[in-house]
Amino acid sequence: MDGPVTDFATDWDHTDPRWVHDPYPIWDDLRERCPVAHTDRYGGAWFPSTHAGVSAVATDTEHFTSRTVVIGNGRPTEEAPPAPIGVAPPITSDPPFHQIARRLILPVFAPGPVRELEPMVRALCERLLDEIAGARVLDAATQYAQFIPPAVIIRLLGFPEADEELFREFVHVVLEGVNHPVEQRIEEFAPIEEYLNAQIEDHRAHPRDDLTSYLLGVEVAGQRLAIEHIRGTMILVLIAGIDTTWSAIGASLWHLASHPDDLARLVAEPELMGVAVEEFLRFYAPVTMARLVKEDVDFLGCPMKRDDWILLGFPAANRDPAVFPDADRFIIDRLENRHIAFGLGIHRCAGSNLARMELRVALETFIARYPRFELLDPEDVTWSQGQVRGPRRVPIRVAKD
Amino acid sequence: MRVSIDAGRCQGHGRCFTGAPTVFGFDDLGNGVVLVTEPNGEDVALARLAEANCPEHAITVVE
Repeated sequence: MDGPVTDFATDWDHTDPRWVHDPYPIWDDLRERCPVAHTDRYGGAWFPSTHAGVSAVATDTEHFTSRTVVIGNGRPTEEAPPAPIGVAPPITSDPPFHQIARRLILPVFAPGPVRELEPMVRALCERLLDEIAGARVLDAATQYAQFIPPAVIIRLLGFPEADEELFREFVHVVLEGVNHPVEQRIEEFAPIEEYLNAQIEDHRAHPRDDLTSYLLGVEVAGQRLAIEHIRGTMILVLIAGIDTTWSAIGASLWHLASHPDDLARLVAEPELMGVAVEEFLRFYAPVTMARLVKEDVDFLGCPMKRDDWILLGFPAANRDPAVFPDADRFIIDRLENRHIAFGLGIHRCAGSNLARMELRVALETFIARYPRFELLDPEDVTWSQGQVRGPRRVPIRVAKD
Repeated sequence: MRVSIDAGRCQGHGRCFTGAPTVFGFDDLGNGVVLVTEPNGEDVALARLAEANCPEHAITVVE
């Protein structure tokens, strides 16, 4: 099916311009009228918009597979490496392999190691702000937010810092080409694979203290990891660790630029930051993930067919009034906030500690430098299309001290 | 009052040890662990908040 959506309950499309621009009214309407929406697009897909519906699918690995988590027109049986590793373990893995792959990377992203990265992230944010110092008009997305996660990931993997520019190009290829045909995608990925292979070789010859060396050295049941597993985990870090976090940083700065009361409060009460970060995550959760139905099943009252997609709208669940009082209001000091921005169940975002730290430090550093700033032109802010939602541009004017 | 974490439910969201670091810590995988099973003073409210914020409903606080 093509063309504009006529009814999001029976023909939804997450790439529809209205959904991309402002999905929240659409989801509110669906929650009232049709809590599990359907579409024939993409070969058949479902969209639960309630917290209960999203939770039920996210925590059920018996009926749903994570073989691929990004909706497309094809199916992974045709184009993905076979189970159990999947394209990017463990996000694309199912039990029981999932647990093995996940246990391998969790220690890298645990709170202890993440804390050790905080001074580096803070210095990076300061450096980025130094580079644009003096400007009265700047873009908080393209000149700040979008530089932070790639620089963090390149250091985490232990790739040369001089490759930052190249690395950002790779990220662009990985993210923008999601819906390209398979042959084109393979062609686009070739230089990335070549680069990753060179890094792997270099780390083999000169092991050091970083994620790449860790993946090369770690053993499971006395065996080193398959090269596909190592490259897949690197791809995972690229896909899951970059535009997700910059979207959260960008959306939060966009909010502050258009809500001077919240900005003033955060500047006056820095101790509020921890609570505010959770509300930014609830209200502007950037990530939706997909599952595939394993076998025909009646679920949430719907006749789901094998290989139907389910789009897990974590951001929609976060606005469900059945779980959150005043769900459609951003409340900067909301203390009770059981949001699921990082998902739910065994696929909880493995990098959530890192993402939360990056978001907090990016905001702290920015508002310390610029305690007052405002959005230049709201019409100039456009949002990324696809399963990760964030502002592509956040043009602001900063106040003179 | 007694605080506990159901390790079978915990997925390491980290809401307990970031929001109530005096009551909760974490293990090598980043899963939550209870540091103070019977909190007092300000920690009582923090423990309750952690219970209310855990996305997996893994935390229980009983009188």
